[in-house]
Amino acid sequence: MAELSATGGRERPAGGLELYAWLFMRVSGIALLLLALGHLAIMHLINSVDEINFAFVAARWANPLWRLYDWFLLFLALLHGFNGVRVMVDDYVRSPGLRVVSLVALYSLVLFFLFAGSLVILTFHPLAGS
Amino acid sequence: MQVKLRVKRFDRERDREPYWAEYEVEAEATDRVLDLLHSVKWYQDGTLSFRRSCGHGICGSDAMLINGRNRLACKVLIKELGKRISVEPLRGFPVVKDLVVDQQAFFRKFESVQPYLVAEEPPPARERRQSPEARERFDDTTKCILCAACTTSCPSFWSNPNYLGPAAIVNAHRFLFDDRDAGQEARLQVLNQSDGVWRCRTIFNCVEACPRGIDITRAIGEVKKALLLRRT
Repeated sequence: MAELSATGGRERPAGGLELYAWLFMRVSGIALLLLALGHLAIMHLINSVDEINFAFVAARWANPLWRLYDWFLLFLALLHGFNGVRVMVDDYVRSPGLRVVSLVALYSLVLFFLFAGSLVILTFHPLAGS
Repeated sequence: MQVKLRVKRFDRERDREPYWAEYEVEAEATDRVLDLLHSVKWYQDGTLSFRRSCGHGICGSDAMLINGRNRLACKVLIKELGKRISVEPLRGFPVVKDLVVDQQAFFRKFESVQPYLVAEEPPPARERRQSPEARERFDDTTKCILCAACTTSCPSFWSNPNYLGPAAIVNAHRFLFDDRDAGQEARLQVLNQSDGVWRCRTIFNCVEACPRGIDITRAIGEVKKALLLRRT
């Protein structure tokens, strides 16, 4: 339906990507609220920050469910923030060159952090440090 | 009373950039800004250009930036503004001359959402009937007069002129939720483009700017919801 292009110019792929991005922002926002509040309660209210050390993390991560919790927190926070910045670049960076540079930097940074964080959560072995 | 009227003027054949022109105008507190503009054009400077047609807040021709806010010059009274009044053309549109802006792209976007009844059945002998409840569903968005005050107050539109804009979405909403209409699919396809409803960041400037009091951000939200429930 090329004649229906909103801009009267070249039609951009519709695919529904922005729809899912929009839905993801809302769902992950709610999930992050619960996860982050839980994280805050565990780290700052139930336990004092002074008591949190290597042994504390090792004991907690002995249970894979806590690793899953932290992994969710990491993934959702990174992707939620990533999508927010992506949208801002999309809205405000008009020069094509700068767009490419900022999007490449953004994607690389997020992929790196997702990789590094996942690596720690999945391969952490308490005995290796003791 | 004496009003100091500042108008941002620009004639692309004469001026290199826009400039502020000042006029002293004698006016009543119950006069409208449109009366001030008429007074300047008829008695002080005939070269001042602006659009107006009905002068009663219905045709949508004289939306402009008045004291920093988008309003209809024919609807806002001097007593609401004070003795110093500034008038500028709508933001985000190319200026043709003075307060006259180029609205071609605006109306092309309006047309792209098919703002008319798309019916599958041939017209009945009399009118296409509709229950009052079904009519109520889209009552708010029937009020649009296409003055462009909403679209030109939208920061998403300022930063990206390709954005469909609130006015076109309001008019899509008017027919999307009409139970006699069969054009949903084509309209939703336009609205679902990345320059469609997803550029809306719920800033609410459009709601403040609308001289008809349409709850525009709500209408856009309803269109987003319709897209979501259709796709997932």
